[in-house]
Amino acid sequence: MNHAFKTTAVAGVTAMGLLAAPAATFAAESLTIVSWGGAYEESQRKAYYEPYTEMTGTEITQVSKSANGLAGVRSQVEAGNVTWDVVDMLEGPAIRACDEGIIEPIDHDEILKPAPNGDSPSEDFIPELGECFVPEILYATLFAYNAEMFDGDNPSTVKDVWNTADYPGKRSLQKIPAGNLEWALMADGVDHEEVYDVLDSSDGVGRAFNSLNKIKGDVVWWSEGAQPPQLLADEEVSIATGYNGRFFNAQVVEDQPIEIMWDGQLFEVDGWVVPQGKLTDEVKQFLRFSTDTKRLADQAKYISYGPARHSSAPMVGKHKETGVEMSPHMPTNPENLKTAIPKDAVFWADKGDSLSERFNAWLAM
Amino acid sequence: MAQHESATPAADDVMRAADGKPLKDSLRRSMRRAKTKALLLVAPLGLFILFSFALPIADMVKRSFYSPEIQNVLPETAELLGDWDGDGLPPEQIYATFAKELAQADENRNVGVVSQRVNYVMPGARSLFSGTARKLGNVDSGPYKPAMIEIDEDWGDPEVWSILKREAYPITMAYYLSAVDLRYNAAGEIEAVASYMQIYQKLFWRTLWMSVLITVMTILLGFPVSYLLANLPVRTSNLLMILVLLPFWTSLLVRTSSWIVILQSEGVLNDVLVTFGIFSNDNRPQMIYNKIGTIVGMTHILLPFMILPLYSVMKGIPPSYLRAARSLGANPVVAFVRVYVPQTIPGIGAGSILVFILSIGYYITPALIGGSSGQLISNFIAYHMQQSLNWHLAAALGSILLFVVLGLYYIYNKLVGADALKLG
Amino acid sequence: MGIPIYAGRLERTWYYTYRVICGLIFFFLITPIVVIVPLSFNAEPYFTFTREMLTLDPAGFSLRWYQEFLNSEQWMEGIKNTFIIAIASTFLATSLGTIAALGLSKPYMPYKNAIMALLISPMVVPLIISAAGMYFFYSSIGLSSTYPGIILAHTALGTPFVIITVTATLVGFDQTLVRASANLGADPTTTFFKVIMPLIAPGVISGALFAFITSVDEIVIVYFIAGPDQTTVPLKMFSGIREEISPTILAVASILVGLSIILLTTLELIRRRNERLRGIVPQ
Repeated sequence: MNHAFKTTAVAGVTAMGLLAAPAATFAAESLTIVSWGGAYEESQRKAYYEPYTEMTGTEITQVSKSANGLAGVRSQVEAGNVTWDVVDMLEGPAIRACDEGIIEPIDHDEILKPAPNGDSPSEDFIPELGECFVPEILYATLFAYNAEMFDGDNPSTVKDVWNTADYPGKRSLQKIPAGNLEWALMADGVDHEEVYDVLDSSDGVGRAFNSLNKIKGDVVWWSEGAQPPQLLADEEVSIATGYNGRFFNAQVVEDQPIEIMWDGQLFEVDGWVVPQGKLTDEVKQFLRFSTDTKRLADQAKYISYGPARHSSAPMVGKHKETGVEMSPHMPTNPENLKTAIPKDAVFWADKGDSLSERFNAWLAM
Repeated sequence: MAQHESATPAADDVMRAADGKPLKDSLRRSMRRAKTKALLLVAPLGLFILFSFALPIADMVKRSFYSPEIQNVLPETAELLGDWDGDGLPPEQIYATFAKELAQADENRNVGVVSQRVNYVMPGARSLFSGTARKLGNVDSGPYKPAMIEIDEDWGDPEVWSILKREAYPITMAYYLSAVDLRYNAAGEIEAVASYMQIYQKLFWRTLWMSVLITVMTILLGFPVSYLLANLPVRTSNLLMILVLLPFWTSLLVRTSSWIVILQSEGVLNDVLVTFGIFSNDNRPQMIYNKIGTIVGMTHILLPFMILPLYSVMKGIPPSYLRAARSLGANPVVAFVRVYVPQTIPGIGAGSILVFILSIGYYITPALIGGSSGQLISNFIAYHMQQSLNWHLAAALGSILLFVVLGLYYIYNKLVGADALKLG
Repeated sequence: MGIPIYAGRLERTWYYTYRVICGLIFFFLITPIVVIVPLSFNAEPYFTFTREMLTLDPAGFSLRWYQEFLNSEQWMEGIKNTFIIAIASTFLATSLGTIAALGLSKPYMPYKNAIMALLISPMVVPLIISAAGMYFFYSSIGLSSTYPGIILAHTALGTPFVIITVTATLVGFDQTLVRASANLGADPTTTFFKVIMPLIAPGVISGALFAFITSVDEIVIVYFIAGPDQTTVPLKMFSGIREEISPTILAVASILVGLSIILLTTLELIRRRNERLRGIVPQ
């Protein structure tokens, strides 16, 4: 009996080993595209990936790891074993990755499609067209609240967020300094246009942290973009920062009682980068396809992020599922831009490390 | 050995084996053969562990003090800076070499490697380097010193150069200093960082006291249960043992997620407390995403590691000792404390070190239910690996933790012996 | 552990209090495992017991989260990866570990303590440190984001368990049996498979089970060195919990609880068989 057991066990393990080997080396015609997960990646899937697969037959493997995108690209390049083909990244990390030489420089006019009116890509895209970066969308990090928790007297400004006496409930902020310091200054009376001037001095940073101190005890910190809408919906917090597209999704598609507050929206650019050695014809084809005027406008049918091409703006229509008119929900809508802060990517690339350290020390206090 | 090949009959007093060779020699030889055979059996795994495990850890320790970025990208500058006395501003030769190599680095697109390294100690270095590198393309000939100061006045600041000189040397203690909230000041002396930047000493202490607390909790909860299990009839204790072993064998993530389900403010426990009127619905206590969450979750996860060794020690203590103490007139408490407890010390020791070592390096549970006040040192190692990308600092923090754990393991080994570890 | 007849009233009170305390501790140990199983059958996407569930109304229960799990390509992919990695690393860890344990139990093993300490070290070094070392080192030699990389790492983590369990079985092993077998003309391979193996099999199997569960449950190293193609079930759970904890995770968790019950039972059966065998083997 022992013998029989042994033989089957050995045979079984060997068979598994043989099965495992081809699975491990399996590779078809495919692209591995890294993005942020959740409603955002879903909008990319519908607007870019699915039509692309239909057109070319290329399978797209989705990886939701953009939150650690720079770390991933760096370790893969250092390893000489790059498995990611295209990575969705914010402008700040993209600048840093480009400086380190771990992502490919991109000749926008050669690779990308011109606008329908013949404008070249470098004219048609917004100015944040970095050396290694193809912008996709403009999105905003901003405050939203659960309207059911405020009996009609809803918060409307960043100052209200700091006013926990009149607007009770916990707050949820992202566990990074970027954004929080800007808003802390706004809550402390700094004009939205001057936040970076103030933050550039050590006194200004101190002032921002002092202001943050006032609500520190009421904050639940989030780290993944999917958390804030959930925290609001579960009434774990009454006001949260988050990405405007995710809030839109919770508000309009899932019909949650969530309202967006546009005061002090912090907008920045998100786009594609290509890790070192991956700028193949296939990848070029994908970039060309996914960032043409129509695709970028299409994506806005699924999520409320502003397309990064001027020529896409007029084509933005109604939300696919609900038929809601999209433009009032866009961070780029002039109505929403009145007190907006354009995120200073260069400031954060320079000061981000030391401010993060100080922020972590402050959190741990 | 050769002279024994043709052994003559014994003319001396040496004891000989059947083949005529001296018994001592042949014993020694067979002993050596046995040793070699034993070593050969262990060798494959030994080599495997060396390669797949020990080498990576050695590599990490090396990363904690070896940081050759500047030397790699700007080799000549690094050499010149090493020879320079560091007084005031460097000579034109260093400016010229630096300008040439920086322009080259710009072409190779690896300025960022250097500037990132300097940016950790000098915020703003990133744009200083990349901006200068770009503009150097327009400078065709020297002297480079005024040209560079023209591009950015920071190049006329002696402090920038003394930092550069210090950072250019590939072996550095800077990351260990950062890991304990110290730094080099402008004069190159070691000083504490500003109080609002201090974090790691606090984190190490928090990790230590939380590990101690969790160890104490597991002793407090584990002792009575182990005692019960060790003294019940085998059939009953085997049944109850399932209640210890099932959690032990259940996935860590399963247990962590169930604590989320139980402890969150809309969770099971709060619902029960509200239903019984202990708390009002609007005033649900926060029991997760803070220290409490981490402590409760980790105590639960590590409790079996205390119960199992304690149980096996208690199982070996004859109940007659306690009875003898009682019959000699000791009251139950005295008998228990003075006679029974001392005999369980080896079990408490083994369990404590096991729990303590495990909790001091715990990552998953604090990451998921620790919030920001329940984060431990391992969470910051992960943070520097993935978010801040300061891999050298991650390595330095990891190395400190490693030395602490190896020290504890050494003590454990002395006290209990590694092969005394029992499972299941 | 009955109450001795000479026990006083105080002692009796304490005796019952003590039992209650133990009951509470057992409750603390087991509740988290038990509570998620019914919740995974929740018809609503909540993590608390709904009114329907508490009144045992069938409408409150459903299999939707199990369906979601079974229909999800990503979860199925995760299961496949988890098993590929676990089976390969268990196989490697068990063979390397068993052979090494045989060497370690030889009476003449030199530097035994030092070698033992090295071989056990993957179990002692905190996972985050192993993960950091492997993240940096495996990256630099092209092993990160590959199956071999993770298999290597999990094998290293699994071997200490095999060594401990097999050495434990070998403690009672009668070395004269090996000599007897050699005397009767068996070559070392035959001796290994016909004499040694059947006797140490319980240790080998329980070591293999430990190695297997270590790999199946391992998340820290996978989190750092797995590529998109190597997503495992724990990794999927981890990111699920971080982002939005949906009841699908509870369904997966309940399935994993089932798996641990199976493993626990297997181990118990092995232990019993082992005890029986020990009775027969001449000491």
